Amino acid sequence: MKQPSSYWAAMVHRLSGVALALFLPLHFWALGQALGGAEKLDSFLAWTEQPLVKFAEWGIVVALAAHLAGGLRVLALEFLPWRDWQKTLAAAAAAATLAAGLAFALAL
Amino acid sequence: MNVKLQSYLWIAQRASAAVLALCVCVHLATLIYAVQGGLSAAEILGRTRGNTGWFAFYTLFVLAVTVHAPIGLRSIFSEWLGWRAASRDVVLALFGASIAVMGMRAVFAVFA
Amino acid sequence: MSVVRVSVWKGAAKGAFQDFEVPRHPSQTVLDVVTYIQRALDPTLAYRFACRVGMCGSCAMMVNGVPRWTCRTHIDKVLENDSLRIEPLHNLPVIRDLVTDMTVFFDKWARARGRFHGRTNRRDEVARVRPDSENRKAADAGIECIGCGVCYSACEVVAWNPDYLGPAALNRAWTLAMDERDAANRERLRAVAGDAGCHACHTHLSCTERCPKQISPTAAIAGLKRAVAGAALRGEL
Repeated sequence: MKQPSSYWAAMVHRLSGVALALFLPLHFWALGQALGGAEKLDSFLAWTEQPLVKFAEWGIVVALAAHLAGGLRVLALEFLPWRDWQKTLAAAAAAATLAAGLAFALAL
Repeated sequence: MNVKLQSYLWIAQRASAAVLALCVCVHLATLIYAVQGGLSAAEILGRTRGNTGWFAFYTLFVLAVTVHAPIGLRSIFSEWLGWRAASRDVVLALFGASIAVMGMRAVFAVFA
Repeated sequence: MSVVRVSVWKGAAKGAFQDFEVPRHPSQTVLDVVTYIQRALDPTLAYRFACRVGMCGSCAMMVNGVPRWTCRTHIDKVLENDSLRIEPLHNLPVIRDLVTDMTVFFDKWARARGRFHGRTNRRDEVARVRPDSENRKAADAGIECIGCGVCYSACEVVAWNPDYLGPAALNRAWTLAMDERDAANRERLRAVAGDAGCHACHTHLSCTERCPKQISPTAAIAGLKRAVAGAALRGEL
């Protein structure tokens, strides 16, 4: 479309942040299940074996990697001396995200 | 909220981001390692229970997220939802507090 | 004789696109097209231009969704399906047709303390400013701004947040913050900080992408963010 690549990098950063903010309460609740003993955590882990949940898990890991990469882009733009290759930071962030997503998918 | 406080929010956001950059790298590496061969509670808790090092690490992680997430959402609420009243910041502070409480509960559950 | 199909915004906040067919010529600019429409097809069309050679910025309009200087935009570079859609600059109130009210743009310039405040008078020595000092180089990177409004129209944050001072005003504030002769920097940093100031910039770089003078307001705003943070931590804000 018309916007520069940095705009899309910022959008991915923002939307992945929202996804993570929504995910965290669920994540903390699930881990907190361990307070009831290993069996309680295991019953939750059994639920996560479903393919749709595994896919969502992968999505969240990609969101985390994307948000990290996008955040590093912002920190670089705001704190490092300005250079002409700034725009390629968006591409670098995308590449790093993809790598992390692939690593997780292969590990699953 | 005056511009001085808003400036402190920006500083807090970047500082927590720097802390989270390190925490997330460690977390991503750890979970990619741990998820291989499937997850089981016994396997996870066997590694984590009583581990003071990881307990401290994840406490730091939870605190950094408690600062970072609400400030991030603040811009989205004001720019995309048009929510600029003081109630926005109250709701976000409550969200932050609940993240802190639930996060520390999880840290205790897994690492204590 | 080939033609260009042109859709032009007619009206104000409420209005409609009107379609025209304009004879196509080599090296034709968008301003040539608009001028032809007003002279030959629709004398009621309101639009702005002045120098027509890329110096004044008056002819800035949205061309196929992108803010540009129409006098410096060859239609060959921007045609979509052999057609053009021409609108008034985004993020500004429309007076009529392609003419916008730039009052708020310049009000924000003033609110960002975009004015030089000297601390000497004509009896003092002329200031000696090294052109290769880091601060002067930073200022020089932004001083060519002519206030055309293209960056302001390109900025999504301006669209989302009506109070946001915007890239041009903040860029100018930065050039003055980097000017060692200026005495008003404390007030200026206070003026550009906060939700309506530099902290609202989310580094989309739309401004930098579109600036016809190749200025990077994002770089200037990053500088302001660092300067404001330093001032805040030192208790000077």
